[in-house]
Amino acid sequence: MAGRAMSFHVIRRKTVNAVMLSLTGLCTFIAAGTLLYILGYLFVHGGKNLSWDFFTKLPAPVGETGGGMANAILGSAKLLLLATAIGVPIGFLGGVYLAEFGGNTFAYVVRYVTDLLNGVPSIVIGIFAYTLIVLPQKHFSTMAGGFALSIMMIPIAIRSSEEFLRAVPLALREGAMALGASKSKAIWTVVIPAAKNGIMTGIMLNLARVAGETAPLIFTSLGNRFWSPGWEQPTASLPVMIYTYALGPYEDWHQQAWAAGFVLLTLVLAVNICARLILSRQAHVPR
Amino acid sequence: MPPVSVNMPEEIRPTGAAASKLSTTNLNFHYGTFQALHGISMQVYTNRVTAFIGPSGCGKSTFLRTLNRMNETVRHSRVEGEILLDGEDIFNLDVSEVRRRVGMVFQKSNPFPKSIFENVAYGPRINGYANRAALRDRVEQSLRRAALWDEVKDKLQQSAYSLSGGQQQRLCIARALAVNPEVLLLDEPCSALDPIATAKIEDLIFQLKNSCTIVIVTHNMQQAARVADFTGFFLMGRLIEFDNTAKIFKNPSMRETEDYVTGRFG
Amino acid sequence: MAASTTPAIKGRPLGRAQSFQQRLRAGDDLAYIVTLAAAAAVLAVTALLVYELYVHSALSRHKFGWSFLVTQTWDPVAEQFGALPFIYGTVVTSVLALLIGIPLGVGAAIFLAELAPPGISSGLTFLIELLAAVPSVIFGLLGVFVLIPILHKLEDPIRSVLGWTPLFQGPFYGVSMLSAGVVLSLMIIPFIISISREVILAVPSDQREAALALGATRWESTWDVVVPYAYKGITGSIFLSLARALGETMAVTMVIGNDPKIVTSLFAPGYSIAAIIANEFAEAPGEMYTSALIELGLVLFALTIVINGAARLLVAGTSAKEGT
Repeated sequence: MAGRAMSFHVIRRKTVNAVMLSLTGLCTFIAAGTLLYILGYLFVHGGKNLSWDFFTKLPAPVGETGGGMANAILGSAKLLLLATAIGVPIGFLGGVYLAEFGGNTFAYVVRYVTDLLNGVPSIVIGIFAYTLIVLPQKHFSTMAGGFALSIMMIPIAIRSSEEFLRAVPLALREGAMALGASKSKAIWTVVIPAAKNGIMTGIMLNLARVAGETAPLIFTSLGNRFWSPGWEQPTASLPVMIYTYALGPYEDWHQQAWAAGFVLLTLVLAVNICARLILSRQAHVPR
Repeated sequence: MPPVSVNMPEEIRPTGAAASKLSTTNLNFHYGTFQALHGISMQVYTNRVTAFIGPSGCGKSTFLRTLNRMNETVRHSRVEGEILLDGEDIFNLDVSEVRRRVGMVFQKSNPFPKSIFENVAYGPRINGYANRAALRDRVEQSLRRAALWDEVKDKLQQSAYSLSGGQQQRLCIARALAVNPEVLLLDEPCSALDPIATAKIEDLIFQLKNSCTIVIVTHNMQQAARVADFTGFFLMGRLIEFDNTAKIFKNPSMRETEDYVTGRFG
Repeated sequence: MAASTTPAIKGRPLGRAQSFQQRLRAGDDLAYIVTLAAAAAVLAVTALLVYELYVHSALSRHKFGWSFLVTQTWDPVAEQFGALPFIYGTVVTSVLALLIGIPLGVGAAIFLAELAPPGISSGLTFLIELLAAVPSVIFGLLGVFVLIPILHKLEDPIRSVLGWTPLFQGPFYGVSMLSAGVVLSLMIIPFIISISREVILAVPSDQREAALALGATRWESTWDVVVPYAYKGITGSIFLSLARALGETMAVTMVIGNDPKIVTSLFAPGYSIAAIIANEFAEAPGEMYTSALIELGLVLFALTIVINGAARLLVAGTSAKEGT
């Protein structure tokens, strides 16, 4: 019968309990702290190099200081526009198919292949875009880069659209159809609007992810020290500029890489936080 | 409501200094802002079976869980009042020690995803039993006490999930017995079981009370009448009446008790 | 005209009586066809991808056959190519990333799911999931300018403790497999944490209660009961992270050193499959070279498919969200 005094054994177990609590807590703080450190570092080193020039000027000739990344910002915007134009419709419509008409073997295969495509390393997707577009055209282009990024967007767009569409309760669909709406009308007028928050945030998160991708662009849209009008020329992009400048020999380039990194990270995190806030607020809406 | 008076006929109450195993005095329990238990004062007697009955939501399970401090796993919960185990305040004792001495079996059986042997051995292991032979003996002893040994002695290494529902529940009882608790709290242990399995567990309770003090929560009045020496009737977080089982069922003092046991509500 | 018992109702007749135009106007078939086409497009694209990889690596595959996978030479001049140094570098950096990432990641997941108070838990989880959104090139940026200088400072302490092992011999120039492994670990930790945490949260609470009711401490209930219950999902998360690590390009390229040699020391520079493709592809001289690089891409593709497949088998069994 145990009295007030704890046996050695119990003390040992209590100690192990406390130690493991601290250790696992330490792991967590390391992980969370890394993000804060990255943010802080880029803020300090990148923020101070931000200037109006950065956003409006073209890169200076190699070896000279100054200049900016205006063409890279525009280039990234164009690439993302093209990627969204191709990737989102296919992904969204594919998601609609899986959510509304799925359940058969074909749907199962599509899901499996979607997951497969999602797991393909981004550099391999770059190779794909290269062989498909750059090789026949015999030049690098914005189009090839945008295509590569769109391939990366598709699997995520399908999965997230399907998930949010499925989350719409069966009762809503049946209610619409009981009023005489055909299946497609019910989908278009009731189900999709009900899922629109989730689908929008899904697109936002998808964009944010793809905006930071570098590997598929390295040998598709390549890079450009000047403006690249149209879609047939190679174009500069923010992530590739960061990569090039970070590894370059000039201190000025390093500063600009940090500034660009700061801009890119801020944008990506802002979109992520925004999307999560929208999603979490939706979860609290009583149904 | 006026404080409840608890009737305890002198000739039935066990005599002796160690007669009261667990006692609570003026116990209040709050979930956040909701008060689930109001001023519960009662005693649990050594080597007797005490049953708690009452309609759904009356607080009997909540009260049971305060007795081994399991209520502390719920966030924003608050206990006021005193709970004594052999005269010692359980809030002054180490919580793991309290739970070793006051064991619990849950409504739905919850064996670990381990073998039958490992399930029963878990409790002794964490309490320092490392010797293989001692462990084997303890596991066998516990399985015998739970009337399960003959059914599983040849398949101790098989997964616990290979057993039937009733067997799994007896396994959970064996697992709880393996740490030699002084009190065993049973929270509606038969509610998910068929009549045959239920009968086996009720037989078990009769045998166990010689070595253990038993507290059982049940929604089945007939079960309380069958197994319990003392019964407490709970209603809306209050202990309305606590007495010998025979008195509660045949000649209750309180009107609410009579209404419940005669089936007028609940 | 025969007497009809049903009143004349305007609108769509039932079943096969509907004409093609009426069905088309209703939109159901159109919706079905359009969405089906989109779903099929995914299959087509993936098939095309595999096809292109296969066809454009033909030159290299025919010349080297299976020995490509085990040859060490990478000689563009003599046009002799072997994948081994890159497979080695890819595997070594990924394994190192796992060795660092698993304890940190699973430990943090346990803390967040089981031991931490809920307010702290959700705040920290939010931060960690944001870490998963940080682009690879930014990890590379910090790898070059922050991590490598830190490792330079740690070089002597590491050498004094572990210098006797073959893992920490030789000169250290900053860019090395060690740096790549550490950067990779930081990149995969959020994934391990995120998935493991969900799997642990999904363990039914009656398991925990059973352990606690036997007198187990919080840690004992977590480690002895909850974590084993969630074991499959946690392993799945590790496989998924491994697949990510294998294919990770930018951060690795920037810190690995780009040296196609097989050396045991982690202090030495190395090369990964993704890194060499990133570095050399744009200016690859000659068709054989490009073909060899594409064959490397094919190898990487096959590797990640296999590991992802294994991962999904494990995670799908336990996660509540997965469904077919």
